[in-house]
This record gives sequence, C-alpha cells and structure tokens, in this order.
Amino acid sequence: MFVRLVYESFRRQKRRKLLAGAAITLGVTVATAMIAVATDIGDKINRELRTIGANILVTPQEDTLDVEIGGVNLKPPTDGAFLNEADLPKIKGTFWHNNITGFAPMLPVNASIESDGKAQDATLLGTYFAKQLTFGTENFTTGVRTTHPWWRVSGAWPDDNSRDVLLGERLASRLGAKPGDQIVLSNRQLHVSGILSTGSAEDDQVVAPLSLAQEILGRPGAVRRVYVSALTKPEDALARRDPKSMSGPVYDRWYCSPYPQSIAFQLAEAVPHSHAEQIRQVAQNEGAVLTRIEGLIFLITLAALFASALAVSAAMATAIFERRAEVGLMKALGAGKLAVASVFFAEASLLALLGGLLGFGAGALLARQIGQSIFNSQIEIQPVLLPVILSIAVLVTFGGSAAAIRRAVQLDPVFALRGEL
Amino acid sequence: MSHSAQTLAASRAQAPHTSMFLRMLVRAAILRRGRALSALFAMVVAAAVATAMLNLYVDVQAKLRREFRNYGANVILVGKQGASLPPDTVSQVESTLSGRAIVASFAFVVARTTDGQPIVVAGTDFDRVRQLDRWWSVSEWPSAPQQALVGVRALSAVSPKNQRFDLSFQGRTIHLTPAGTVQTGAAEDSRVYLLLSEFVAWTAVAPSTIEIAASGSPEEVTAMINQLAQAIPAADVRPVRQIVEGEAHVLGKTRATLLAAAALIILTAALCVLSTLMGWVFDRRRDFAIMKALGASTRLLNGFFAAEAAALGATGALVGFAAGIGIAAWIGRANFHAAVVPRLSVLPVVLAGSMVVTLLSSILPISLLRRVQPAVILRGE
Repeated sequence: MFVRLVYESFRRQKRRKLLAGAAITLGVTVATAMIAVATDIGDKINRELRTIGANILVTPQEDTLDVEIGGVNLKPPTDGAFLNEADLPKIKGTFWHNNITGFAPMLPVNASIESDGKAQDATLLGTYFAKQLTFGTENFTTGVRTTHPWWRVSGAWPDDNSRDVLLGERLASRLGAKPGDQIVLSNRQLHVSGILSTGSAEDDQVVAPLSLAQEILGRPGAVRRVYVSALTKPEDALARRDPKSMSGPVYDRWYCSPYPQSIAFQLAEAVPHSHAEQIRQVAQNEGAVLTRIEGLIFLITLAALFASALAVSAAMATAIFERRAEVGLMKALGAGKLAVASVFFAEASLLALLGGLLGFGAGALLARQIGQSIFNSQIEIQPVLLPVILSIAVLVTFGGSAAAIRRAVQLDPVFALRGEL
Repeated sequence: MSHSAQTLAASRAQAPHTSMFLRMLVRAAILRRGRALSALFAMVVAAAVATAMLNLYVDVQAKLRREFRNYGANVILVGKQGASLPPDTVSQVESTLSGRAIVASFAFVVARTTDGQPIVVAGTDFDRVRQLDRWWSVSEWPSAPQQALVGVRALSAVSPKNQRFDLSFQGRTIHLTPAGTVQTGAAEDSRVYLLLSEFVAWTAVAPSTIEIAASGSPEEVTAMINQLAQAIPAADVRPVRQIVEGEAHVLGKTRATLLAAAALIILTAALCVLSTLMGWVFDRRRDFAIMKALGASTRLLNGFFAAEAAALGATGALVGFAAGIGIAAWIGRANFHAAVVPRLSVLPVVLAGSMVVTLLSSILPISLLRRVQPAVILRGE
C-alpha cells in the first residue's frame, strides 16, 4: 500500500513532481559546478600566474657577483662560473617535476654587429625557444615561449637547431633591419627570422639559439643561468624555516610540499654545482594573489550552496503545501502522523536521489564548460563527490520539506478537506 | 441595518476607489502572513545574494589590482640612451600623476671594492622602496648616515664579517657601515644600496631610472604613460609588460569565473523566488475566484496581482540590497582585509530584476487560472 501510494503520487501528479524535481536538479547542478570550480580554481589560477614569468632562478654555485644595471650585464662574459647544459634535463627528474611548467637557460655574450661598414657592440643572448628535450623516457618542450609569455615576435620564432636570430625591436630600428634580413654578427652571416618586443632589456639585444651563443663565446655547453617556472603553493610558516634545522618528519613534509623554497632546494640538488633561489618579486606575490582568489571563490561557493539549498527547500515546501487535501483524506481514513510523514519523506528522498543524479551529471558538464570557455582546459570532477553531493541533496530536501510536512500532519482533516485554511 | 453600519457603508461609498484596492492588498498580506512572509523572505534572500554578487563583481577588480601593485612597478621611466634624468624629474612625475602612484628613483654606478672587484652601487630613497618593492626581504633598513643596505651575495664580497667597508668610484672613496641585508633572488642581491643624497654627494651621478607603481585600469595606466612621455621628453617611459600583461590575464580569468558563478547563483535565487511566489499566488485561487464571481474585470484582477507582486518585489529588493551590501562588506573584510565599497549603481539592477521575477511569478499562475470558471475553483475542484 505504501509503495503504491508513492508510485501513484508520482504517476498522477507529474507536473508537481516535475517542478520539485527540476528545482532539486537545478540546485544540485549549481552546487556541483561551483564545488568543482572551487576545488580546481587554485590550480587554474596558478597556471595563469605563470604568465608573469619564472619564479625560480638557478645560478652557478661559485659565481662572481652580478654586475647588472637595468637588465644589461656589464660583467665580462668569460668571467665567473657556468652551469652545464647537459645537466638541465635533470630538472625534470626532481620530485616536483610535474609542477615545473618550463625552464629557459640564458647565456649572454658580447658580440659586434656590422652595419654600414661600422662595427657596433651588442649583447647576444643565447636561450631555448621551444626546445625538444628528453629525460628518461619523458619527452618535453621547454624554452622562453613557455617561461616568458610576454615576449612578442613579429616574423617567425627561430628554430632551436638553426642559426637564425631575433633582433630586439629598438636594436632593429637603429639598424633598420626587418624580418628576413641578413646581418653580420661577429664575422658570421646570420638570418633574422623575426623582431622581438619584450618591453625590457632584450629590446636592445640579439636573441639566438643557445648553441650559437656558446659557439661565439667558445665554450660549448655553457649556461649562465636558468629561469624555472614552477607551480607553487603559497608560503606558510613551515616554508620559511631553514631545512637544516628541521627534524626528520618535518623535513620530509617540507621537502614534499611544493613551496618555492623546497622546489628551489630540489633544483639545486638536481643540477650539479648550482644554487637555486626563488625570485621573490614573482614567488612571494603570487602566493598572496592566489590566496585571495581562492578565498573569494570559496566564499562564493558557500553562497551558491546556500542559494541552491534555499531553492530546493522552497520548492519542496510549496509542493507539500499544495497537497493539504490529500493529507486530510489520508488522515480521515485513519492514517497516523507517522504514516503520512513517511509517505512524504519517501517521495522527497526519491526526488532528491533522481534530481541529485541528474544534477550531478549536469553540474559536471557545466563545470567542464566553464573550464573550457574561461581557462581553455578541463575541470575534471572527482567521482568521490557523487555520494557527498547525493547525501547533501537528500539532507537539504528533507530539511526543506520537514517544516511543511510537520504542518501538513498537524492539520485537522475536516478543515483540510473543506479547503479552508 | 444599524446606524453605525449605515455610516460605515456611507463612508466606504464616499471613500476613493483606491482605498478598497489598498485594503485588499494589505489585508491579503496580513491574513496570510505566514505565506506572505515566506515569499518576502525568499525575495529578500534572492535580492541580497544578487546584490552581494554584483557588488563583488564590480569591486573585485579594484581589490585584486591592489594585490597586484605588490608586484612593484608597472611603469618604468629611464633616461634616453641611459643618460641621467634632469634633477626635477621625480617631482614632475609626482605632479603629473598626482597621488595615483608610488614613485621611487634609482641611480646606479659600477664601483670597486677595496680588492678591485666591480660591484653595482645604487642610490635611492629607502622609504619609497619599502612601499614599492614589498617583496624585498630586508633584515634591517638603514636609519643612520653612512649606512648601506647590502645584497646577500654582495655581503661576502664587501663585508664578510659585517665590518665597515670602503667603496671607490673614479678615485673617490666612501666609508660605509652595513645596516642590514636585502634578499630578492634577483639582481638586487649583488648590489649595495645607499641613501640617494649620500650617493650623489659621493659619485655626482644623478638618478637614471624611476620606477612607478601606478594604480588604475589598463586604460588609465596607458593614459598616464602618455602624459609622462609628454611631460618629460628627456626620458623613455614604458610599461613593464611582464607585470601589466600577467595582471590583465589573471584579472580577466578571475572576473570571468566570478561572472559565471554570479550568473548561476542569481539564476538559482530567482528560481527560488519564482517557485515560492507561484505557490503563494496559486494558493489564493479562491480569492481570485471570489473576486471574479463578484464581477471584477480581468484588468482589475491582473492589476491587483501585479501591484501585489510589485510591492513585494520592491520591499524585498530594498531590504535584500541592504543585507547584500552587508554580505559583500563582510566578504571584503574576511578575504581582502578591506571593505568592499557599496555600489549604488547595483540598486536599480537589483530592483528591476526583482520586479521582473515577481511579476513573472504572479502572471504565470494568473493566466493559468483565468481560463478556469470561478465556480469550479470555489467548489474546490
């Protein structure tokens, strides 16, 4: 009889059930989508923050002081120590290699450009543009196109294995050069594939594949410094401690957290004779920005959960209130309060489960759509969320119906049947 | 009929027509205050949520921009071909930007340590650098004359035992005491920083670089750059693209996410109001039938329910607006440690949106009921 009551209620009151079910589905959709976005937003914004540039700098351990003003290196290029290019793929062998989105080695050398028969001094910067590298079985591409996304090239990016170069835009306008021209640089005839605009010191420099810079310097395999772009976690009290002063378990926890400090520490371990340090301007501020944005989205997710809970409760309350006459009839036929309430609760949980399932699917789609249109990447939803979302849906539906059900079972059947009240 | 009833009838007959209309509105709300209150409550919550979301959406840009100003200068001004800037440039920059920016000037030379090693020495104003470059990790800022701020890598070259040291530039020597160290992970670590006045007295080299952290939208910053380029022809003014573009990127994505979230939440809240109000109006089909049976015209009925919905919408929107401003202010305090400024421009949007939702939710059931004979409703079928 109980099953029949519930079944017939669904069969005969399609419109009402549809309305309440739609409200639950919508509420769960919004809740699922917002939870998915909120759990993934940190990672997404972290990747966006990488557009500000590298946050870790790897330099030779025994280096002489940098003599650099306004991005122009005044130190004699042969002075000081170098890193070995062959060691660089080891960066991808560190514990946090998946968090390292890219790295770019730099080797500035002095060169002279001949124009109109006169020689002119210029800095040539050797680097990777989008170099194919292999570490173990892993193939990856890295270079300034990943780590310095604000560099703009009109013309074409040079190939890393070619002898093509980029001219900084201010240098190019002084020389009157355009993409496709040939220049004579330190007695080599080179092809200019494009004009580079960066808004900083590189605008006055020649940027070339690393191998060409090493050849001009006469030191094969030499690298002056490496810019590493890594996804990091905002720094906290543990991050700031000195690893030498830590006990075993604390040290393990520090080492296995993607703090800028611990990633830098592991980079220095991986690359022989190197020193790695966070670039504080980038690393410190990105932690602050990330914390703010995550906090904001978290608070908004709370608001979304609240709004959807309210929408579900409102729909359930309305649906039950409309069925006073039915309650009156059941009670007139001798049904107890418990029997009436259990019919309503059974209906509510059925609706919640159905709406919850549908809403979960729709919410996952919606989250994916949001990820695709805003961040150009997937927002994956954890299947673990399904039971959590379903139980929240059932709880909220119960909560929303409880007040209405209580009022319904307390009705005097006589008034309810006469339609008064 | 008693005397008092007669006077009552007479006074009612003389009263303007609007009084009956108002009475119906007010009595309907009072007699079913439970349902009316729950409808109003739904309206208030929806309006509050909508206000808070819109307010945050408008304000979050300003809040995040402030966070991004911690990245330091977004505009840099250098003398053409590396030349020194005219002496009054800083005051000129400040008067051009009139308080919308933090400005710090830097002068650089390559000096020699006592053992002849080249080292970059910079002169600047420490109070301004503290505001501009907040990521500098400084053990102690110089406070007395002849004190220097030494980069962590430069320290071993000039003053390994933290003792007094000498630097020479073009035959002139300066005696300095290290006050503290600076660590940034970049070029600053290899430099020595002095107070600008001492630097100029020693080297006679004037500042060549001015770093500017300008606040405002990208358009405002571009306008400032153009103004500066016009006011100071001796200098190259350019944006720090790395910072400017990164900021625009992250802000754009955050705002888009926030907009998507706001749209979802407002939609949910509106649907919540819609279902509650529809229930309320549907519930009153007997009132509707009685009015119709007593001869009310369709226009009057529509007007009655529309007025009721409008009153509810307006009250709900106003109360909700106040509550929403409160929520936005709390979120601002909790997350950004600064109040979110109430945006009155949001009010008309929320008010209009509430009216539309309430009108919609009363018109839908009415148009369903209109086709039904009053007798059928009154019989309770």
